[in-house]
Amino acid sequence: MSEPSSGAAGGADAGGGPAGDRAALGLPDSGPPRFQSVPGVRRDLAAIGYLADEGIAGVVYLADRLAKPVLVEGPAGTGKTQLAKSVAEMTGSRLIRLQCYEGLDESKALYEWNYRKQLLRIQAQQVADAEPSVAGAGTPRWKELEEDIFSEDFLLTRPLLEAIRAQEPVVLLVDEVDRVELETEALLLEVLSEYQVSIPELGTVRATRLPMVFLTSNNTRELSEALKRRCLYLHIDYPDLDREREIVRTRVPGISTELADQVARIVRSLRTLELRKPPSVSETLDWARTLVVLGIESIDATGARDTLNILLKYQSDIDRAAKELLSADS
Amino acid sequence: MLDLLTGFVAELRRAGLPVSLTEHLDAAEAVHHIPLEDREALKYALGATLVKSSAHWRAFEMAFEIYFATRLPGDGGAAGEGEGEEPSGAGAGEAPGAEGRAPGQRRGGGGGQGLTPEELAELLFRALQRDDPGLTALGARYAVDRYAGMEPGRPVGGTYYLYRTLRNLDLDRMLERLLAAAGGETGSATALTPLEERLARDEYHARIERLRRAIETEIRRRLVMDRGAEALSRSVRKPLPEDIDVMHATRDELAELHRTLHPLSRKLAVRLARKRRHGRRGPLDVRATVRHSLSTGGVPVEPRFRHPRPAKPEIFVVADISGSVASFARFTLHLVYAISSQFSKVRSFVFVDGIDEVTRFFEGVDDPAQAVHRINTEADVIWVDGHSDYGHALSVFHQRWGSDVTSRTSVLLLGDARNNYHASEAWVLEDLQRAARHVYWLNPEPRDYWGSGDSIIDEYAAHCDDVVECRTQRQLEHFVGDLA
Repeated sequence: MSEPSSGAAGGADAGGGPAGDRAALGLPDSGPPRFQSVPGVRRDLAAIGYLADEGIAGVVYLADRLAKPVLVEGPAGTGKTQLAKSVAEMTGSRLIRLQCYEGLDESKALYEWNYRKQLLRIQAQQVADAEPSVAGAGTPRWKELEEDIFSEDFLLTRPLLEAIRAQEPVVLLVDEVDRVELETEALLLEVLSEYQVSIPELGTVRATRLPMVFLTSNNTRELSEALKRRCLYLHIDYPDLDREREIVRTRVPGISTELADQVARIVRSLRTLELRKPPSVSETLDWARTLVVLGIESIDATGARDTLNILLKYQSDIDRAAKELLSADS
Repeated sequence: MLDLLTGFVAELRRAGLPVSLTEHLDAAEAVHHIPLEDREALKYALGATLVKSSAHWRAFEMAFEIYFATRLPGDGGAAGEGEGEEPSGAGAGEAPGAEGRAPGQRRGGGGGQGLTPEELAELLFRALQRDDPGLTALGARYAVDRYAGMEPGRPVGGTYYLYRTLRNLDLDRMLERLLAAAGGETGSATALTPLEERLARDEYHARIERLRRAIETEIRRRLVMDRGAEALSRSVRKPLPEDIDVMHATRDELAELHRTLHPLSRKLAVRLARKRRHGRRGPLDVRATVRHSLSTGGVPVEPRFRHPRPAKPEIFVVADISGSVASFARFTLHLVYAISSQFSKVRSFVFVDGIDEVTRFFEGVDDPAQAVHRINTEADVIWVDGHSDYGHALSVFHQRWGSDVTSRTSVLLLGDARNNYHASEAWVLEDLQRAARHVYWLNPEPRDYWGSGDSIIDEYAAHCDDVVECRTQRQLEHFVGDLA
């Protein structure tokens, strides 16, 4: 692991370009930059309906330039996964998604030998050996067989390896990386820092084209230092009032400006209450859509109370919100 | 630029943020790719490469603002509010409405002196009502001129200046005035509904908060100009949230702690559940292995194992809630209850000189804060005079609940063991230790103070499995993690 840091140190001291550094490290060239400028990223994302703020656009831009994965953290439902999807759409890349869960292991994340097929192959060989007329030579050639069953035909690629081997541009999304155990996290390290996968029987598979990598985390546990060190860090919080209003207007067709404004303001007020689960952006959008479908033009206390259960998912939260926001005129 | 960056990284490390060499190098590379005159871009580039936890963001922001307050070339316009030497420059240009009302503004830095308090209040009122950033920044500058009374060369962090400015501005009254004005504007015939009023209040609250921050930035900027960034960052440096001393936390810090408590408890719960499930592999499960081997033609390729089911411990929390350690006890109770699903049973007792069981307050309550509030008001913990008496509390505990302590129970005692020179009754602990699985004592005092004055922790320590110094969230997290 010391190699990349020392190489980068040389590059920084000499003030050389990043492309030169990558070549010196033996890393594949990251190819032509995907983005021209930070405002450009922001504009392109907005064009496909993802409203990024300065920080988000800046980090996406840097991720491309530095060829580093982005670790995205933040409360649930603030558009972490959507960011990766949008970037994929924006750059015209294929999205490869690795959904993490407890118990995820190498064979589900990286690659697996298709041992059923291997068994069949061995059995077929045995049958062939038993009948000399079918198999010409007759003596079992174990060496050949071994080479055969550990070839790519018997390899099942899983998302990480697939992203590395892809010839076309891809965006790799490692979703909810905090759900895997600490030990499994280590699997990701080689992929993330050197964009390669080592398979003992085959050798090392290197990326021909660097994928953009996004990792999302809901922060249910502290990720390891080693992982964090390899990533750019992006914290996506609840958007501020103006951005949320814009998001509502962009994502909910047919909503009036006044209603969007009202929605955003009510949601902001709700978030200042101490709730068990503050409303997320996706819940805000659901709520706004509901209001549009119901044909509500302007939210009053009754309308808000009747639809509050879309925004809040705990009865205690709903009671509390109703009490704080809508109480006096019930 | 590289020197500048190295200095900044050193500053971050002094503030307690862990910044590795790799991250430093990343940051150095990142600044190649962004336009340096764009302050926001620089901030995000450095943030993304150097800070890897949202809890540290605030500390980073503070360090960034101070460190780069005076060092960036051409920062005047780029920084937006709070920057630029001449208040009459950018600020007045954005705010033509201020011209008439602010006669003194052309006189540069000291212009605010010319405004009467009424004019200043009026200026701020307009700024807040219209939500005009230029005008707000201008108002903030005048307010600092007028009220902060800053004296050059004093080694302070600016909190006092901020307090002085805000007290004079009386922002609470400003909020009322804004609300009244809003009511007059829209509701010509009808008054505001409670919902609308609440929304308006939150809106103005946010704006006032912005003004407050503008004032804070302004004060900090002046302090930097006065004493230099190095000196100032030394005075404003604060511990990271996980290192705040619970016993001596300010109100703001406590609020901050409670905010981090919820995610922390969730984190702990997840970790413990996981540890329990994956801690060890159980014995070979022959039946499952054979069943599974059918898919590979009877060859047991993947052996299956039974999951072990380790017993969950029972927890008895016995907490001192007298004035001296109340915040600590509250904090710990919160945490224990937040992860109570990880224990088969949690019972809690609080005492001052009397002792009472408070488990019932936590039952069926979503919000531990509410339960803690009820404990403080309803629990019967005063026996004679309301000064801690560990000896009496412990002997009553032993007498009433001692038989409930079994070999599956872990007993947690929280307190500083400052007994006001009463009898220690340490035999109770000796007895408890014999009956219980573990007896732990969490002491929120620094280890150096143990045994000084009326602290008799040493007498109790002889009968505890462990006595732990537990002053910060980090220490508490560590302890609870080991416990379950």
